Amino acid sequence: LRASGVSGRRSTLIALLSTVVFGAVVVLIVASSPGWPEVKRLFFSGDVFADSLEVIPEAFLVNVKIFLVAEALILPCGLLIAVLRSLPGPAFFPLRAFAVVYADLFRGIPTILVIYLLGFGVPALGLSGVPIDPLFWGVVALVLVYSAYVSEVYRAGIESVHPSQAAAARSLGLSHAKALRFVVLPQAVRRVIPPLLNDFIGLQKDTALVGLLGVVEAFRQSTIDSSATFNFTPYLVTALLFVALTIPLTRLTDWLILRDRRRQMALAPR
Amino acid sequence: VRRFFLPLIAVLALAAAACGSDEEATTTTPAGGTETAAADACAKDQLNLVSDGQLTIGADNPSFPPWFQDAEGAPWDPTGPPTDQGYEAAVTAGVAEQLGFSPDEVRWVVVPFNNSYKPGPKDFDFYVNQVSYKPARDEAVDFSDSYYDVEQAVVALKDSEFAGATSLADLQGAKLGAQVGTTSYDAIVNVVQPDQEPAVFDRNIDAITALKNGQIDGLVVDFPTSLYVTAVQVPKGTIVGRLPAGEEYLGFVFEDGNPLRDCVNEALAALHEDGTIEQLQDEWINASAPPVLE
Repeated sequence: LRASGVSGRRSTLIALLSTVVFGAVVVLIVASSPGWPEVKRLFFSGDVFADSLEVIPEAFLVNVKIFLVAEALILPCGLLIAVLRSLPGPAFFPLRAFAVVYADLFRGIPTILVIYLLGFGVPALGLSGVPIDPLFWGVVALVLVYSAYVSEVYRAGIESVHPSQAAAARSLGLSHAKALRFVVLPQAVRRVIPPLLNDFIGLQKDTALVGLLGVVEAFRQSTIDSSATFNFTPYLVTALLFVALTIPLTRLTDWLILRDRRRQMALAPR
Repeated sequence: VRRFFLPLIAVLALAAAACGSDEEATTTTPAGGTETAAADACAKDQLNLVSDGQLTIGADNPSFPPWFQDAEGAPWDPTGPPTDQGYEAAVTAGVAEQLGFSPDEVRWVVVPFNNSYKPGPKDFDFYVNQVSYKPARDEAVDFSDSYYDVEQAVVALKDSEFAGATSLADLQGAKLGAQVGTTSYDAIVNVVQPDQEPAVFDRNIDAITALKNGQIDGLVVDFPTSLYVTAVQVPKGTIVGRLPAGEEYLGFVFEDGNPLRDCVNEALAALHEDGTIEQLQDEWINASAPPVLE
């Protein structure tokens, strides 16, 4: 919200002042607590921070690789599941049932279990031609879980498009598939971009779970460094790396939501 | 039955031998006076014990061979009948004997591994379960001197191309794995220095699964554990070789500041001196030891 003129400057000043006072109080309370010197040594060590910066960003590239590949697969897979679920008529019942069971199952099982079961379980079958690379199965597990989430997001989008849109398209002679492709989905997808980005941020953080399979990503690397130094500062470095990536995305999401709301309220973008 | 009694007899015989050499030592060394003074503080009725007249020792449930095993050679349950089978069981029996306790004056309590080195009062006199000395742990508890210097070992599947490695150079191309925060991981990075980044797992069992699955070429664990891994957990596995010993050692864990530690250290020193420790290591751990890779 924007205010103008003198009152605007006054609110800015008050906001600034209250932030400074609030920050000062928090710093004072934390710094005067009896355990602070120990916490400072264990969580905010400058030396360890510098050492961690040399190795953890490299491991963080593994996380980036995982979520980029996974997201590229999740978006079409989730859409496919959502479309299957919206298919009409009794003939498509098996596909609808599959979509429902799939979404229920993979939204219900904790991600960490899916990664564990696939990453260690499938290679243990010893089937020839089936990959055993933990990174591969980590990505597959994330794709399975997040496709289920994302399919629900798409479904919400599809159902938010008024039925008259589809009916109008059908009355113009478009097949169900074409009505979906050219009329329903374009409107649906546009509406759900903010929640899709939200799931994308969740995916980024869950890439740390692939470390369970032995893959050295940022969190695993910080565990290694932390246990070597008996210091928790490496975790701080990893947290900052994740935040540095998610904050721009969060701001983008906020902006998209704002733009969407303005459009819907027929306000001219500024 | 024979398997059960053999080590017992060995321990008793060695304890008898130890008494003999002690006598000799007191007559030949002028330091005999201090020894008697220390021996007084470590007399059985002077010891600082959880329950009087009884030695209370902690171990995890189950405790695994070759450290502890029951009469059938299976992992040992401390809540069941006591055992003197396995390296730690035998060394503990030797220490108890040195301190003057008969086997029926030793009581076992179950303590999960991660609780053993936490700060605070203890319901055991000392804890025996392959706890490595670490400076951070030493701040919370007290450690005895070493009763075992730990070597690391590489385990591979028998049909792996790395199973026949005879030098560290042969392992350069291997994808090795270890548990996070262990000296095994340090040994990969510092001693083997392979070309591929090692895989790092939360638990040893995860690393073992990855080895079985072929997701890693070699698993690095401490050498005694590797014996159990290849014997029981991965029958298709083989110990490729040992890695040169680092600075890791196993010690008994005591409540911080417990004076009993000094007495146990004396008992350990006696067992080192008379060759009992070495003999027990040969018997329980080194019997089929593979070569050290250079």
